Amino acid sequence: MVPEKNNLLLEVKELVKVYGSQCSYCLKLTGAQAERQLCPECGSVVACNRISLKLHAGEILGVVGESGSGKSTLVRCLYFDEEATGGEAYLACYGEGKINILQENAQRKRYLCNYLLGIVYQNPQLGLNFNFSCGGNIAEKLLAAGVRSVDQVRQSAARLLVKTEVPVERMDELPGNFSGGMQQRVQIAKALAHNPPLLLLDEITTGLDVSVQARVLDLIRQLQHQMGIAMLVISHDLGVIRLLTDRTLVMKNGQVVESGLTDQILEDPQHPYTQLLVNSLL
Amino acid sequence: MAIKDLIPQKQAGYNFAFLDEHTKREVRRKILKAVAIPGYQVPFASRELPIARGWGTGGLQITLSLVGPDDVLKVIDQGCDDSVNAVSLRQLVAMTTGIKTTFETGRATVIQTRHRIPEEPLTEKQILVLQVPYPDSLRLIEPSEQKTRQMHAEQDYSRMWVYLYEDIVNWGEITIGARYPVLVHGRYIMDPSPIPRWDVPKLNMAQNLYLFGAGREKRIYAVGPYTQVVPLEFSDRPFQVEDFSGKTCFYCGSKDSFLDEIFNSKTGQKIYACSDTAFCAQRLKIQSAVREEKIVGPGKK
Repeated sequence: MVPEKNNLLLEVKELVKVYGSQCSYCLKLTGAQAERQLCPECGSVVACNRISLKLHAGEILGVVGESGSGKSTLVRCLYFDEEATGGEAYLACYGEGKINILQENAQRKRYLCNYLLGIVYQNPQLGLNFNFSCGGNIAEKLLAAGVRSVDQVRQSAARLLVKTEVPVERMDELPGNFSGGMQQRVQIAKALAHNPPLLLLDEITTGLDVSVQARVLDLIRQLQHQMGIAMLVISHDLGVIRLLTDRTLVMKNGQVVESGLTDQILEDPQHPYTQLLVNSLL
Repeated sequence: MAIKDLIPQKQAGYNFAFLDEHTKREVRRKILKAVAIPGYQVPFASRELPIARGWGTGGLQITLSLVGPDDVLKVIDQGCDDSVNAVSLRQLVAMTTGIKTTFETGRATVIQTRHRIPEEPLTEKQILVLQVPYPDSLRLIEPSEQKTRQMHAEQDYSRMWVYLYEDIVNWGEITIGARYPVLVHGRYIMDPSPIPRWDVPKLNMAQNLYLFGAGREKRIYAVGPYTQVVPLEFSDRPFQVEDFSGKTCFYCGSKDSFLDEIFNSKTGQKIYACSDTAFCAQRLKIQSAVREEKIVGPGKK
């Protein structure tokens, strides 16, 4: 599916994230060409080096790359877990797409997370509060989005659990009682609770066994078909990328080295790093 | 005008109202800030006092900073004027200021209280000072002060709501008795101090000024007159106050006041009595006056 140009949902321009003191050479001396992320001048780590991307409504965009290439940092910056060092990001459904969300104040960022963004982390410990029941975790998102009726919260939570194939009768149990795959599905239910137009998925199947992986991926595809949510999928697993995404970015050393239709990238990789990646696919 | 010109006569060898003028000025400034941002916890220095922290030092510092020679003070502890703590605090203020004190709610200009708001509605001329042990409602769900401050700043209250939701799921109702969290002026969640639920509605659109002082935690906050104060509630699980239906005060027969249960271990008998002793005494006085009038007849004393 080639998306139309006019339904752009998210546009990221030259996003930069540097850990450390940062000097004027940081961006020039690091990146895919230089094959390093550590600035030789000041010793700062450049996790994201001028990353730009466009995501259209209802589209799934994949970001692939090896560990440490800045994929997760990118997502964490977009969900404001980390503060981006520089760059711009625009969300079409927020301020008519004219406000740089990275520059908003903490209260507005909180609004964005509560109403417009959803995230699923690799580790359920990050996305779920293990002191709250799994229903409570889903409720948190609903309550944050202003729902003030207990019955309505419980109905919505139950509906989401059915959708994500978690037994509804275990709704009031703590997530610690669940297996990893179930925790991940609860986390997905939580991320979907407030019906966000954009969902960020950060290595959601890593660490799950293969059969559970397949079911989680199946679930994501189903949800995407049913609800038409745009997703940014981060993975180092080309299998996941192939299964889920329409378009893909390939990242290396904090930079995007190749981008295009997923099939094209997998069949005919242009950049030497992508070729290496595709060749090493089992 | 220099500060030394403002210093009134010394009482009992101490500065007027025990604290030095600079300290009182600091507390008053913090009070002004608190009134300007209803429900927001303003940090203050919290000085040493001749009573231990945790025994009402926050409220006491507010009271000492506010009272002038013409004020009339009432101090209550759990609704009672003559419990030990109330007596000590009242004596301390009286001794270091020489101001009048009273048991009658209507006569007082400043009322310091612990865990109760008087039953008699207060007026615009009165200030109620509450002693606060834990100034932050969010402490229930988040132990870190740094994080709760950030949560207040971002109005990030979803976890507080989840706490209430889980309470309803587990117990069928919200189990918080005293310290029921309230939303002030649609902005800050505030701990109303450990007053019973019964007293929470009295905060809403009240005529008087409420000041809250936490001495140990070094915070002052306020609810100004005519400010909206709403208990946190779900649309399908409305906030409820304590239920005293069918129970009346043993002494004055009141049906619409907050009642204490008193158990007599010898007889095994349970009685109920007004927790607000001044309110009860006032009713008894009126009742006996009415009785007298019936017996003696009007104007024939």
